[in-house]
Amino acid sequence: MLSPGYVARRILHALIVLAVVAVVTFFIVRLAPGGPAALADPALRDAERAAIEARLGLNDALPVQFLKFVSNAVRGDLGQSFLYGTPTTQVIASRIGNTLILAGAALTLTLLVAIPLGTISGLRPRSWLDRVVSFISVVLLAIPVFWLGLILIIALAVLRPLLPAGGMYTTGMEGNLPDLLRHLLLPAVVLASASIAELLRYTRSSVRSAAKLDHVRTARAKGLPQHTVHVRHVLKNALIPVVTVIGLQLPRLVGGAAVTETIFAWPGMGRLSVEAALGRDYPLILGVTLVVAAAVVLFNLLVDLVYPLIDPRIRTDS
Amino acid sequence: MTTTLVRSAQAPAQRSWRRLRRDPVALLSAATLVLIVLFAFVGPVMRPVDPDVLDLSHQLAPSTVAHPLGTDESGRDVLVRLMLGGRISLLVGLFAVLVSVSVGTLVGALAGFYGGWLAGLLMRVTDGILALPAFFLSVLTLTFFGPGLVPLVLVIGLTSWMGLARLVRGEVLKYREEQYVEAARALGGHDGRVLFRHVLPQILPTLIVNASVGISTAILAESALSFLGLGIQPPNASWGNMLSGAQNYFYTAPQLAVYPGVLILVTVLATNLLGDAVRDATDPTD
Repeated sequence: MLSPGYVARRILHALIVLAVVAVVTFFIVRLAPGGPAALADPALRDAERAAIEARLGLNDALPVQFLKFVSNAVRGDLGQSFLYGTPTTQVIASRIGNTLILAGAALTLTLLVAIPLGTISGLRPRSWLDRVVSFISVVLLAIPVFWLGLILIIALAVLRPLLPAGGMYTTGMEGNLPDLLRHLLLPAVVLASASIAELLRYTRSSVRSAAKLDHVRTARAKGLPQHTVHVRHVLKNALIPVVTVIGLQLPRLVGGAAVTETIFAWPGMGRLSVEAALGRDYPLILGVTLVVAAAVVLFNLLVDLVYPLIDPRIRTDS
Repeated sequence: MTTTLVRSAQAPAQRSWRRLRRDPVALLSAATLVLIVLFAFVGPVMRPVDPDVLDLSHQLAPSTVAHPLGTDESGRDVLVRLMLGGRISLLVGLFAVLVSVSVGTLVGALAGFYGGWLAGLLMRVTDGILALPAFFLSVLTLTFFGPGLVPLVLVIGLTSWMGLARLVRGEVLKYREEQYVEAARALGGHDGRVLFRHVLPQILPTLIVNASVGISTAILAESALSFLGLGIQPPNASWGNMLSGAQNYFYTAPQLAVYPGVLILVTVLATNLLGDAVRDATDPTD
C-alpha cells in the first residue's frame, strides 16, 4: 500500500530535482560568454545591447532574474524562438507528439524483444541461445546509434528500396496509418537497439539470480511442474527490479531520439534540439531541455509510485 | 606443502591478474586495443600523407596503391584521416573520463564521508543533473561554449559523472565504518589523510572498471556529437564527422560510411569486453 507520507516524499523529491534542473539550465544560459543579449546578434552596438539588456531584465540581480525566469516558465512562457519567430512552447508542442510516437514504439519493441529473450536465456544459462543473445547484446551496446541507422538506410532503403529512408509520411499521404508504420519501423528499431541490449542483460541476470533462490528449490522439491516454478516463483521475483530499469530507459530513449530523428528526418523534439543548437536558437534549446527534463522527472515519479504496488516488500511507511 | 601455502596466501591483486591472463576474451580485447592505439598514434608517423590536402581530380576514388582505402568527397586520403580521427576519438574518450572520474569521485566521496546536509545537497544536485538527458545537456552546453576539442572533453566529462558519484558514495559509506579507518582516526589522521590513504584506495578497482565503460560511452558520445556537427569541426577528422561527410554519398561511395563505424564499433566493443573481464577477475565472490 502507498502511505500518504511516501507519496508526499516522492513528490517533494521530484520537485527538488526539477528545481535543480531549472537552476542548472538557467546558469548555463547566463554564464555563456557575452550573455544572452550578445548572442542574439554579435554585431550590436553598445547602446543597443544596453537597451536589449534592460528590456530582457538582465540588469536585475541574478536571483531576481532567476525568479522571473521560473515564474514565466511555470506560466508556460519560455520566450520566443529565434528561428521560428513564434513562442517556444508552440514550436515544442507541434513536435512533442511525433517524439512520443517514436519513443513509444521503441519502448514497446524493447519490452517485446528484451523481456522474453532475457527470461529464456536467464533460465537456460550457457545454452546456445544464451550465448547468441549475450553476443548480440554486447555488440548492440557498442554500435553507435547513428551508424546503425546509416547502415540500415544504405541496406534497406538505398541498395534495396524496401523501406523509406526518412520522414514521417509520404507526401500526400499525411495521416495514413500504414504509411506511418512503414516510416516508423527503421527509426524505432534503431532507437530501441541500445535499450534492448541493456534490458536484455539486466533481465537475464535478474532471472538467473532469482532462479537460485531457496524458495525456488523448495518449489521444485515439492514436485511443481517446471512451468509453474518458472512463472510463479522465478519470474514474479525477477521482473520486479526490471521495472526500475525500464524507468531508466526513458532518458536514454529521449536522448537517442535526437540522433535517430536527425538521421531519419523525423520531425520530433530531438531533431528540433539539434536544429536549435546548429541555428544558435537559445530560447528554443533551453525550452526543449526543460520540457524533456520535466517529462523524465514525472516518469520516474510514476515508476517510484507504482513500485511499492507491485512489490509488497517495499515499505513505504517508514 | 609449501606451494599450497604460498598459493593460498596469494594477494587478491595477483589472483585477479592470473585469472585475467587466462581469459581469452580479455587477451583478445587487450590486443585489439593495443592495435587501435598503434594505428591512431604510430600510424600517421608511418604514413606521412597530408590529411588536409585536397585532390579534386580524385574524389571518392576506390582503393589504389596511393590511397589504400580510397579518397573522400574532397579527394583526401581516407586511411590517414581514419588514423588521425582515431587519435581524436581516443584522446577525447580518455580525457573526458578523467574529468568525469575526478568529479564523480570527489562528489561521491564528500557526500559519503561527511553525510549530513552536504550529502543531501550534493546528491540532490546529482539527481537533478541525472534527470537531464545527458545528450540534451551536451547539446545545450556545446551551443553556448562552441564546438572544439576542449569544450567537447569538458562537456562529455561533466555530463557523465553522476552515476559514478552515487556508486562512490555507497562504497565510501561502506568503508567509512571499517575498523582500520577507525584506527587511522584514533592515531590522529586528519580527514583528508583518512579519505585518500585509507578509504579511496579500497574503491580503486570499482573506479577502474567504471572508467573503462566510461571511455566507451565517451567515444560514442564524441562520435554522435561530431556527426551532428556539434563536436570536432572539419577539416579536422574524427570518426564521427567522417561519417557525417559520408552521408551524402550513399549511392556512389557507401564504403565511406563503413570504415569509421567499424572502427568505433571495434574500439567500444574491445573496451567493454576488457572492462567486463577485469570486473569478473577482480570479483572476490567467485
